[in-house]
Formats: sequence, structure tokens, C-alpha cells
Amino acid sequence: MRQCKRPWHLAGALAIVAALLYAAAPGLLSAAGVEKEAEKAPGRQLARSATQAPGARWTTADHSKFEALQKEFTKPEEVTAACLSCHQMAADQIQHSIHWTWICPDCGDGKSMGKYGKTINNFCIAVPSNEPRCTSCHIGYGWKDKSFDFTAKNRIDCLACHDTTHTYEKFPTKAGYPVTEPTLFPEDGKTYLPPDYKKIVAKVGRPDRLNCGACHFYGGGGDGVKHGDLDSSMGMPKKSLDVHMDADGLNFACQRCHTTKEHQIAGRLYTSPAAPERISLTEADLASKIACESCHGQKPHKTDAKANDHTDKVACQSCHIPEFARVLPTKMSWDWSTAGKMNADGKPFKKEGPYGKSVYDSKKGDFVWEKNVEPAYYWFNGAMSNMLVTDTVDPSKRLSVNHPAGSPDDPKSRIMPFKRHTGKQPFDPVNATMVIPHLFGPKDSEAYWANYDWKRAVTSGMKYVDLPFSGEVGFVETEYFFPITHMVAPKDKVVACDQCHAREGRLKGLPGVYIPGRDVHAGVTMVGWGAVIAALLAVIGHGVGRMISSARRKGQ
Amino acid sequence: MSGDANGKFYLYTRYERFWHWLQAALIIALAATGFEVHGTFALLGYKKAVAVHSALGVAWLIAFAFFVFWVATTGEWKQYVPTTKKMFEVMRFYGYGIFIGQPHPSPKTPDAKHNPLQRLTYLALAAVLLPFMMATGLLYYAYNDWAALGLGGLSLSVVALAHLIGAFAILAFLVVHVYMTTTGHTPLAHVKAMCTGWEDVATEKPEEWEKRTA
Repeated sequence: MRQCKRPWHLAGALAIVAALLYAAAPGLLSAAGVEKEAEKAPGRQLARSATQAPGARWTTADHSKFEALQKEFTKPEEVTAACLSCHQMAADQIQHSIHWTWICPDCGDGKSMGKYGKTINNFCIAVPSNEPRCTSCHIGYGWKDKSFDFTAKNRIDCLACHDTTHTYEKFPTKAGYPVTEPTLFPEDGKTYLPPDYKKIVAKVGRPDRLNCGACHFYGGGGDGVKHGDLDSSMGMPKKSLDVHMDADGLNFACQRCHTTKEHQIAGRLYTSPAAPERISLTEADLASKIACESCHGQKPHKTDAKANDHTDKVACQSCHIPEFARVLPTKMSWDWSTAGKMNADGKPFKKEGPYGKSVYDSKKGDFVWEKNVEPAYYWFNGAMSNMLVTDTVDPSKRLSVNHPAGSPDDPKSRIMPFKRHTGKQPFDPVNATMVIPHLFGPKDSEAYWANYDWKRAVTSGMKYVDLPFSGEVGFVETEYFFPITHMVAPKDKVVACDQCHAREGRLKGLPGVYIPGRDVHAGVTMVGWGAVIAALLAVIGHGVGRMISSARRKGQ
Repeated sequence: MSGDANGKFYLYTRYERFWHWLQAALIIALAATGFEVHGTFALLGYKKAVAVHSALGVAWLIAFAFFVFWVATTGEWKQYVPTTKKMFEVMRFYGYGIFIGQPHPSPKTPDAKHNPLQRLTYLALAAVLLPFMMATGLLYYAYNDWAALGLGGLSLSVVALAHLIGAFAILAFLVVHVYMTTTGHTPLAHVKAMCTGWEDVATEKPEEWEKRTA
């Protein structure tokens, strides 16, 4: 007899299967050791300490000792003149930058794309006719209307970007000028102080996050209004908020990725991609902009091969930025159509909502603020398509004031996270075009914030830009997109597989790609389960039949 | 093959039994993880389900190669040659005779382990359905290399659909297969035979054509 006498056969078989499993799936077992070795790489350590050592300097000049700067400056233009007395090329470089012109020089006709072109947004809509307020974020002095002289060199504001003391501030409504005496800005309740020019010029240097952030954190007129992944929490972020800009860690400045050459800062996003190449720096070390892959390569995951399989279709940001606005809230919706209500005293008012942010403002309408926002995902080739104020629109559906460009069929497009800001904003229902309202102006002007009359405000704004207006104001629903690329989370906080590989997951509705777990061939699945259940019922029926007939036979 | 006076005979060799249960375990685990990836339920979590499914799939491919080798070298393949002889009788037995206590028209014998219905079913399974699952699964697994393999025109949706249809076919087979094990002279007789190798039936002589030839 040989029945079941050799239990070690089973053990042997199990061992073989275990060996097969181990051979087939090394990724199942963590390879943490490999990672630790890489972190100890001496080259990386050296590079870090070279830039971070106390007193490490990258320049050969000490501005506190320059003769041109040894004087009492009374006007900011005098500072500019002093700067340019040594930096002779700087003015020309600046005046050819989009930071100066607010027009993208190589987009479309070279005149339409940009804040001072024909593009609009669904925040404060457009700059023209509102300059003194908007241009508080211009790197210049005195751009109060369209007569501004873009060739005047002393109108350049060097300090906005190069003040390392972070005491230099431009007043919100003075067309880019700082104050000359302490002045209260009622809107934010803050008193702005005149800059101590002598102290500031002694310490000018390369911009850091706070310089860029002075404008880019506050776009749309307040902290965190516009981007969602840029707000004042990114000034000195913790590692949990951004692994690269972590103030106590890698401490990246903006230019670390926004490659800057002759005052041209990479990263502008209109009709051409901000980062045209997607190659590693070891392949081409003069990339025009640093992207994730410049340093991390095409196979960035050391222990997870499946994650590397995603890099052709999924942008790094999609998984590595699980939510934006993780510390401070961001504005997610803005309804202009409800603006203009007055309180019992007939005065404009504000209503405070969650996070201590206004949810209503007579000047602007209703807002929605949110924190820890899950992004919306779109195919993205690196560029945006923008609506122009001159475009004919169909107000029966929500209008995309801008939209991510890209398609699933384009090998250069990948799935990218976005903040989608919805809005309701004025338009011209007769001409079927968007409009530019004159919002900001003195009490006796035609501005909306002076008289709360949309017709007068739009008439004035459209006249200012020399565009037709019917005289009728309607409101249309719109959306506006920001790519989410900052606030890169630590790797243990990445988006988990089943956040997208699920029927109701993050990528629900994203076209042009079969995603296992999301796309389930519902009809076939139903027929399949039907077949399995039919088989089950058939065998149960058969079995019951056998039992009954067998019982009967025994009874006979 | 050895047999004894009580009608017991050694039918399934050590390797064959090992192979049967290994494949059974692999298929059940593959179905469980596969349907989790499909979104039917959550057990391991998506990431782990994918990793386990891929690993098991590769393990199955390797193990299946050993099976093919075994079938080819031992002449066992002859047990899978389909026939129409006695097919009708076997179908009639399961549809009618089994209810009135008739004997099986094509009982297992040491030289013929498959009745005509089994021959056809297992041939379809081993030569068509399982290789189909392996092929579609391997394609699915190699998704990222399609372009490099010159398969850029393939659609993941179609491959996934084919793999899914195959999975349902295997699941339906499994239901019937498990049930059929209960049709021996006792409900657990066939299962026991697949464990021990010793089948226990009334000794009958196989027809000449049924006999395995080495």
C-alpha cells in the first residue's frame, strides 16, 4: 500500500511554489536596504553640503560695500538707477521678460496671451482698467494705466525679487510703489511701512521662496486664492507639505526647478509647455526647465516596478500630490453674480465662513473655500488653451476660460492633477463675448467697486480696451484650471493604487484609457456572473435530484 | 498498474496529484486576486492583489510547462484524445441513468482515467482555455512593453475583456467540476482518489481503444 505515506511530498511542493513566488515577485518583498545605501551616496552628500554649509557663498561681491549704494535713497527709482549702474544688462533682460510685459512673447500672435493681453480668468477677470490694484504685483513702479512706459529703465523694481531682508513691501493699490509713510490698507487691516532702502540694498541677493511668493502666493488678491498649490505656507514649508522645499531639509528655492537665464524664468504656461523636454539631466544638462524626471529619471521607483510602468501615461504629480491646499485653504469657486448686496445700513459688507475666510463680499460676490482638496485629473501635454475676451462663446454651458491641452492619443500627454476653479462671471449676452469689467477705481469713477453698477463698470472696462459692448450684462458659469505641481508629499502619503483603480475613484470619467478596476466591462461582467450562477443552480438541481432518487430507491 | 482484490487501483501518480492540487490552488488564488483587481471585492487591497496575481500567474506558467513536459513524455496525452464513442451514453448517464442507479457506462479503469466527456472537457481546458488565460494574462502583464514587442496596435480594453471572459469560463467549469467529484460511489470517493492516487471502483475492463499505451 502506498496511500499517503509520504507527507514530505506536500512540503516539497510547497517549497517549490514558494521558490517560484519569490523568483517571480521580488517586488513583493521590500528592498529598503537598497534605498538607505543610495541616501548615503557620497556625491549627493557633497553636493548638498556645498550649497548648505554655514556661510557658503555663491557670489564674489558684498553689496554693503558698493559705493553706488552708500547713500540715502528717497525714491525706489533711485535704487534701480544704482543697481543698473553696475548691472548694465539687467534692464534690457528684464524688459524682455514676461514678468515685465505680462504678455507671452511667443504665444499666438505675441500680443494676446498674458495678463495684459486678451486672456481673462474667473477671479478678478482682467488687468486692463484695473492697473493700480493689479500692478502692485508688477516688477515695476507706476503702471497705473495703459500709458505706462515699458521702456523706462528706472521703472524697474529690482527689490521685489532681490530683497533678502523681506522687509520690502509694495502697497496693494499704488501701481507697484511702496509707501513713503506708514499707511493702513483697510482691506487686510495691515499697516505698510516705508522700506529702509539702505539696509535692504546692503543685502540684496538671489530671490528665495518668499520673494517669488510675495506675488505668487497671493495671486487673485489674497493668500492662497488662485493656485491651490502655492500659498504662504510654502514660504517655509515642512517636509510633510513639500519634500523639496522643506525648509529644514532640501530647502529648494523656486529657481531650483524654474531654471533662470538672463532674468527669463522658466515655467510660464500658456500655449507652449513650461517644460518642453522630459529627459534626465544626465542626458542633457542644459534643459530649459527642471522637471521631476530631470533628476528622478524615467524609472524613479527603486522597489516598485509597477509604479515605473505608469510614468509614460501618468505625471509624477498625479500620485505624489494627493491633495493641495493642505495647510491653508484655497478658493474653489467665485460667483460674481451675487455681488452688490448691501447691509441694513446700505453699506457693502463681508460675511465670514469656515477657515476665517470671507464667503461673501459685496464687492465680489460669493466664495467657496476648501482645504485638502483632491485634484481633478486631465490629459495634459504641458500647455494650456486659453479663451480670449474676443472669442464668441456659448453661454448655455459652463465655459472653460482656460483648459489643459492634451489628449489620450498624444504620446506626449499624461494624466496631470489640476485645481478646477469654478465661477460665474459677467459676459455680454448680445454679442456673446466675455467682458472686462472696470472694477478698481476712485469713488467718483465708473468702477464697479465705486458704484456697484455692472453696466457702467463693463462699459468703462470694454471702452478702455477698445472692444464692443452691447450694454447688456449677463452672468455665465465658467471654469479655470491650474496645474498642481507644488506641495509634493512624502512618499508614504502618495495616492494609493485603489484611489484610481476603482469604479468611483479619482479618475472616474477620464477618457481614452482602460484602467483596470475602474473599467469593468459591466455587461460582460453581468453575463459572466449569470453563467456562474446558472452553473451553480444546475449542479444544485442535479444534486438534489440525485438525493431524492437515491432515497426513493433505498425506500423501495 | 497495480490493483487489489477490492477493486482499488493506483490511478493518479504522485506528480499528477501534486500538479492537480497545485493548479487548483493557483487557479483559485488567481481567480480571487483577479476578481479583486477587477473591482468585484476588496480583500488584499488593489496593490497587493495585483502583485500577488502577477506572481501567481508567472508561477503558473512555469508550473504548466512542467505539466506539458509530463503529458508529452509519459504518453498521458493519449488520455486527452477526444472521441465520440460512448459520448452519448455518458451524457445519458449524467442526465438520466445516475438518478435510477444505473452503472457508469465508462467507469474509470487503471488504463483509462477519463470518460469521453472528461476527455473532451479536459482537452478543451488544458489545450484551449488555460493556455488562452496564460496568453491573455501574459499579454496583460507585458502591457508596458507592447510597443517594443511590436504589439502597439493592441487594445488593453480588449485584452482585459478576453481575460475576463476566460476567467468566468474557468469559474463556471470549477463549479461543475467540484460538483462532479461527488458522483463517485461515495460523495468523497473521487476527491480521496486525487489525494491518495488510489481510485476505488468495481473492477471492469476498459475497451481496447480506451487503453493507455505507453
